[in-house]
Amino acid sequence: MVATTAPDIVRTADGVPLKLKLQRVERSRRLKALGLVLPLLIFIVMSFVVPIGTMLKNAIDDPEDISKVLPATMQALQSWNGQDIPDESVFAAFVADIKQAQKDKTSALVGKRLNYEIPGIRSKVIAGARKIEKLEAGPYKDALIAMDAVWGQQETWATIKRASSPWTAFYLLAALDFERNADNAIQNVPPEQAIYRTIFVRTFWIAFQVTLATLLLGFPVAYLLATLPTRYSNLLMIFVLLPFWTSLLVRTTAWFVLLQDNGLINEVIQLLHLWDGPLRLIFSRFGTILAMTHIQLPFTLLPIYSVMKTISPSHVRAARSLGAGPFYAFWRVYFPQTIPGIAAGCLLTFILALGYYITPALVGGATDQMVSSMVALAINQENNWGKASALGAILLFATLILFTVYNRLVGVDKMKFG
Amino acid sequence: MKIRMLMTSALVMAGVAAFALTLTKPAAADDKALTVVSWGGAYQHSQQEAYIKPFAKETGTKITEEEYNGEIAKIRAMVEAKAVTWDVVDVDTQTALAACAEGILEPIDYAKVGVDKSKMIGGDQFDCAVPTILYSTIFAYDADKLKDGPKTVADLFDLKKFPGKRALQKNPFINLEWALMADGVATKDLYKVLNTKEGVDRAFKKLDTIKKDVVWWEAGAQTPQLLADGQVVMGSTWNGRIQNAVVNDHKNFVIVWDGQAPDYDLWAIPKGTPRLDLAYQFIAFSTRADNQANQTNYISYGPGNKDAIALIKPDVLKDLPSAPDNMKNAIIVDPQFWADHGEELRDRFNAWLAQ
Repeated sequence: MVATTAPDIVRTADGVPLKLKLQRVERSRRLKALGLVLPLLIFIVMSFVVPIGTMLKNAIDDPEDISKVLPATMQALQSWNGQDIPDESVFAAFVADIKQAQKDKTSALVGKRLNYEIPGIRSKVIAGARKIEKLEAGPYKDALIAMDAVWGQQETWATIKRASSPWTAFYLLAALDFERNADNAIQNVPPEQAIYRTIFVRTFWIAFQVTLATLLLGFPVAYLLATLPTRYSNLLMIFVLLPFWTSLLVRTTAWFVLLQDNGLINEVIQLLHLWDGPLRLIFSRFGTILAMTHIQLPFTLLPIYSVMKTISPSHVRAARSLGAGPFYAFWRVYFPQTIPGIAAGCLLTFILALGYYITPALVGGATDQMVSSMVALAINQENNWGKASALGAILLFATLILFTVYNRLVGVDKMKFG
Repeated sequence: MKIRMLMTSALVMAGVAAFALTLTKPAAADDKALTVVSWGGAYQHSQQEAYIKPFAKETGTKITEEEYNGEIAKIRAMVEAKAVTWDVVDVDTQTALAACAEGILEPIDYAKVGVDKSKMIGGDQFDCAVPTILYSTIFAYDADKLKDGPKTVADLFDLKKFPGKRALQKNPFINLEWALMADGVATKDLYKVLNTKEGVDRAFKKLDTIKKDVVWWEAGAQTPQLLADGQVVMGSTWNGRIQNAVVNDHKNFVIVWDGQAPDYDLWAIPKGTPRLDLAYQFIAFSTRADNQANQTNYISYGPGNKDAIALIKPDVLKDLPSAPDNMKNAIIVDPQFWADHGEELRDRFNAWLAQ
């Protein structure tokens, strides 16, 4: 038996083990640091994480909970096999629920929710509820089917049963022009209702065109700014920044005035007899992209400019002295060094452009509206928060996927804002 | 040093918390404040002059005004969230009926309005709203730019005779009726045809023929502006807006009364407002015959109170939608049809627009 002694613990002057003491110091330092960032953290959580989380939840949560309005019906539908039409017991429960709902003024909610999936059923539910109130006694099944054929359709009851679950993929499907048919299989919506895929493609296409336009216009200006002597470049810089400091709405309205049929641009064209009749500039795709490009230009230009400022002019001079032609020297020596700025500027503009609302609304026509106008429509007119959230969620995910692809191609770590 | 830093962060956190609370805490109900919501532009101006300013002066109420374009969803969201900040809202007939059926409006107690229900035009059709005006949806053109202007609804759809843009409301309401009229349906049969899917398809098909040449407006002030700018050759709006541009801005606009669609606007109270009594007081004040007649001095809409007609100047009367000359081929709007089908027709209309 060999007695082992514990190794000597290093202690501080007041007898506390040094390890412990160090931990305490470390902890208080961490708390202090946390205390400093806490306000910002709370702000970010409250203004960013919580709202986006709520939006994602609303996209799959069924906010129009009609199982509260139709409790007995949902109970009775539990035993229905989903084939044919439910039996008398379900109809009796439904009539009882609707009579109560008429008293509570909630029967319109049933119509509203079912109308999302079966367009046109809202008015049948509302009118049907008024008639059901007057029904004295059963059998209810035949009475309801005689009232409106919709109650004799398996699809109606399948939809009501589906609406009993608190989670639904319905809004996400609807935001991509899909619906479920009577057999619960996913299919495309009829062509007169299909709009969202077109609008998503349109949104990304417009954002891409705007990004390209700002790059083509911004790159030469940034080069000029970075290479001119300070007294000229400062003046130029003010020209770039002045619109940047003007409100987006003001600039959009200014374009509205310029692009009108009797606006400044068309007046000049008429004056010079360049074209007979006014050009269609306002309420058009061209006008939308023009106004958006104007607004986004500084966002693309400034990162490129600040990266160009850091490129030493001696590189190109060295390339030239080694025999490269002017274009070759620019293209092989100068341009690659500006890529981090281009990457940063283009990404910034592309993502901001995806969310444009007021500019297409004022300067664009009906076929130039982007996803955000559909979100506004769903909230302001249809009061359909589920659909609005689903549109937002899809836009967010599509953007994240694109960002990942972009990261593979360019590398986000290579981006420089200056 | 340490203490100061802790104090600072504690203060900042308290500030953030206080800010967060102001976001969530509903404002205390001020018993002498009222929010009135209407459709903006010349119409809301007439309400300011005839009702809002005199009422505020008489009762010492602080009135906040807001504007909207008839979005029932905004009222719905408020009532559902139990945070009603709009106390009195000017609604159209379809909203008055649909919102009443959904239970988001207060049922009207005519004892508190101080007028007999039978004195109000169409008063017996609405349980949750008090008629305030008779307005009409019409279309108009600028006679300075068009010598020989449109005469009928068919002309609105005739691109050969009248090339150029038309301004139409971004809403299927009346546009579908006009499309069917232009397609040869008599005014009395409009809703019979619209009640079928084929009828709706037919209306959209007719609208398709001018879709490329339409500028869609949302606020009532847009059409007079678009006409003045020469941005459109003709455009639909509410008759008072055109009359106003003629009287106040000396425009040479002409109203086409063929196929006009007279309809009411009504005062409604969103359910659950903490200022119910004051809301009733305001509605009672604005329903009085003298105040109703006074409104016609500012905009050419007929009064909701039948007793007011005797008090209106004759030269004002002839410009009202109800003047017999103007009523020759009027659409008799069916508000129940729009209350029942409005939402799904708007959905289809919006999809049609975006395609």
